[in-house]
Amino acid sequence: MFEEFVGQPGLPTLWFLVVGVLLIGYIVLDGFDLGVGMLMGRIFSRNEKERRLLLNTIGPVWDGNEVWLVTGGAAIFAAFPMWYAALFSALYIPLTLILLALILRAVSIEYRGKLTGPRWEPRWNAIMSVASFFIAFLIGAALAITTTGLPLNDNADRVGGPFAWLTVPAVIGGLGMVGFSLVHGLAFLALKTDGEVRHRARTMMVRILPVALLPMVAWAVWLQVIGATPLSLTLLVIAAAAALASWIFAIRGREGIAFTAIAGFAVFGALSIFMAAYPNVLPTTMADGTTLTIANASSSPYTLKIMTIVAAIGLPVLFLYQGWTYWVFRKRLSAEHIPEAHRITELSEHPNAG
Amino acid sequence: MDTVEIARWQFGTTTVYHFMMVPLTLGLGMVVAILNLMWVRTGKEEYLRMTKFWGKLYLINFIMGVATGLVQEFQFGMAWSEYSRFVGDVFGAPLAMEGLLAFFVESTFLGLWIFGWKKLKPAIHALCLLAAVAASWLSAFFIVIANSWMQHPVGYDIVDGRPILNDVMAVLTNNTAIVAIIHTLFGSVAVAGSFLLGIAWYKLWKRRSQGIDTVDENGYVVVGDSGKGAQDKKDYAVWFRSLRIGILIGVIGFLGTAFSGHAQAQLMIHQQPLKMAAAEAACHDGTAFSVLTLSDPSARNCSNVDTIFEIPGLLSFLAHDNFHTDVKGINTLQPEYEHMYGTNLGDEPQYGDRAGEDIHYVPLMIVTYWGFRLMITFGGLAALACALAWWLTRKGTVPQSKWLMRLAVFGILAPFGANVTGWVFTEMGRQPFVVAPNPDLPLGQRIYMFTEAAVSPNVSAGELLFSLISLVLIYAVLMVVEVFLIARYVRTGVVASMPELVTPDKDDDDTNDPDSHKNDDVLAFAY
Repeated sequence: MFEEFVGQPGLPTLWFLVVGVLLIGYIVLDGFDLGVGMLMGRIFSRNEKERRLLLNTIGPVWDGNEVWLVTGGAAIFAAFPMWYAALFSALYIPLTLILLALILRAVSIEYRGKLTGPRWEPRWNAIMSVASFFIAFLIGAALAITTTGLPLNDNADRVGGPFAWLTVPAVIGGLGMVGFSLVHGLAFLALKTDGEVRHRARTMMVRILPVALLPMVAWAVWLQVIGATPLSLTLLVIAAAAALASWIFAIRGREGIAFTAIAGFAVFGALSIFMAAYPNVLPTTMADGTTLTIANASSSPYTLKIMTIVAAIGLPVLFLYQGWTYWVFRKRLSAEHIPEAHRITELSEHPNAG
Repeated sequence: MDTVEIARWQFGTTTVYHFMMVPLTLGLGMVVAILNLMWVRTGKEEYLRMTKFWGKLYLINFIMGVATGLVQEFQFGMAWSEYSRFVGDVFGAPLAMEGLLAFFVESTFLGLWIFGWKKLKPAIHALCLLAAVAASWLSAFFIVIANSWMQHPVGYDIVDGRPILNDVMAVLTNNTAIVAIIHTLFGSVAVAGSFLLGIAWYKLWKRRSQGIDTVDENGYVVVGDSGKGAQDKKDYAVWFRSLRIGILIGVIGFLGTAFSGHAQAQLMIHQQPLKMAAAEAACHDGTAFSVLTLSDPSARNCSNVDTIFEIPGLLSFLAHDNFHTDVKGINTLQPEYEHMYGTNLGDEPQYGDRAGEDIHYVPLMIVTYWGFRLMITFGGLAALACALAWWLTRKGTVPQSKWLMRLAVFGILAPFGANVTGWVFTEMGRQPFVVAPNPDLPLGQRIYMFTEAAVSPNVSAGELLFSLISLVLIYAVLMVVEVFLIARYVRTGVVASMPELVTPDKDDDDTNDPDSHKNDDVLAFAY
């Protein structure tokens, strides 16, 4: 079942898996908090109190979740510089949009509650939900592109202009990430909140799950057509089973298992996609172009060895302290837990203010 | 404009902007972490108030540093793909180490600190902030390691014309990086110093102008207490202690940057002699430090440079610790560089349309010369302001002068100016190289790359312009928002982060209410 690993270089394969862990970590962790961000829009939230409740479920953890993407990018740079250079320059426009959205989203989370005003919160709410959508869509598109390929010349440089990336698989991948994030965000809210929001989140999750996960499944199936192996197919079957389990447990009101299972769907689905792509990291769609593989895109064995030591120290400790964060903030939140809004405008006019 | 120029403008503006937030994050973060530990240790309420107030400003600024730092991680690959390919084997490693060892710790533990009030034990809670701040210092270390490798590449072999890492310890202990990180951290401490000084001065001035604090016939402070909420004696302690801390670390920061800067100059004269010569607009070999030199603004050679006033011997002291050893000037160095690295760009594909162009080894002198001098001037002004502030406040409060208060507030900008001009100088002074050759090595083992070869060949000027313009616009708007928020929180004072000081606590009113235990569940902090 593991015959695709035979004859492949060891350290680059290990780093393919490390990058996979970081990117999948990002998909799973930022998946739900991008979903919660989108749900702060009008499709789900009914009032300001609910929006604050939503925001505070991800408040302590969103920044740590986002670092998985940053570190994933840095790990690609360190372990596969040719992949980093080719992919990031080819996706110049979508990455610029991702950066703009990430900047605005981060600031909106932190600044939204710093003042109150008729225009202050609504504006940041809108930024939060729109930026969350674009990040999910474009990250999904970028990951789909790196598995399905781009027109690359023999220097692995993109040809075909700034929008060469905008292909059918990119759109499927984008919708896949958006759909998954919404379901995952709803599962998270059902698990982390209480009261009306909890109930509404679970109901909506049950309703949209079968449709919302379809694009991600389509992306995984697309990859099987390109390069299915027994391993990737097995992983896909597990992913599908996890999605089904999540749906069933959500219907039965078992929110913890439903949430875990939907995370499992993403983990195994993404693994299936990456393993079907393996050993390619960025294929070319041109006959005379260069396909980047773990072998021709990777750093030297010495660099990979050093980075392996760093990752062997950093990652296990990371699992411990990020796990601890989720433990500290494990309690369900409901509207009563949210303190009064931070009315600094009134405070500053308070006669007793310092 | 060609793609190299746009890409350079983008890298320059986004990095300078990012580095407005970073030094304040590094310096103020450490101050808040120590204040928090002091509160845990002593239990004195003024430390709690200081932690809450400065912590809030720290967070308002921190998030901007995080948000703009994302751009840094991505744009090497986006706009500088040839650079990334060339140096990736060495250069990617410190960036990935930053992510794995520093960035995760910083973001996770900061989240724990922000939301952990009353959830975690006070000591654990304070240690979470310390961990986050220590990680941000570690993160700065890795970034300086990466940058210093571009200034002074070490620890590599050349394989197929590319540098391949062969000694990671050499990279992590690069002498260029060691002095640069010390310089950077002290520079950050100086930024925090002026920030505390300026804001605390304003708050003390406000207490005086509201008539809360007065002075006796000898000019010593008589601390008042309005009897209302946050205008008590502890409020005075908050601001006066903040002022004193600001002065102290402002001076420490200045002394640290001066000494480490001296060490840097001594390395630079050896590792990048042309950068030093361009910083001096020194055409001929000599010993003198230029105080004022005028030239054609676009000068890259010596035909149009007039030295008006200079101090003999000072440059030799900076470079060699004596007053007589000549420091090489541009007229000596330029032919040496041309001899070693050629007079024209090659015809390799990565040069694109730029193949065969003349190489300008002398950086834009107006930038290096004035960047160097402005850095020193801003740094010196900030230190002078600290000394003056200490003298003016020795009797326990600030003078009533509105003009002095404004000066203290605008003085916040001086160390920021020093940081920015210093980085602009050192990065512009590295040109025309993106990776400068290391003269410690034999010529055949030196790796170097011209900036003209580093840009992404497939990215169009239009794409670069799109990102440059959109980033600059968003950055400009966010800068306004950040300064506005900080000003709002400063004017409101401690109550902005501790409303319980002026609003009666509901817990006290509802003691007879059987449901009052519910209030225990209310989050101590929420967005």
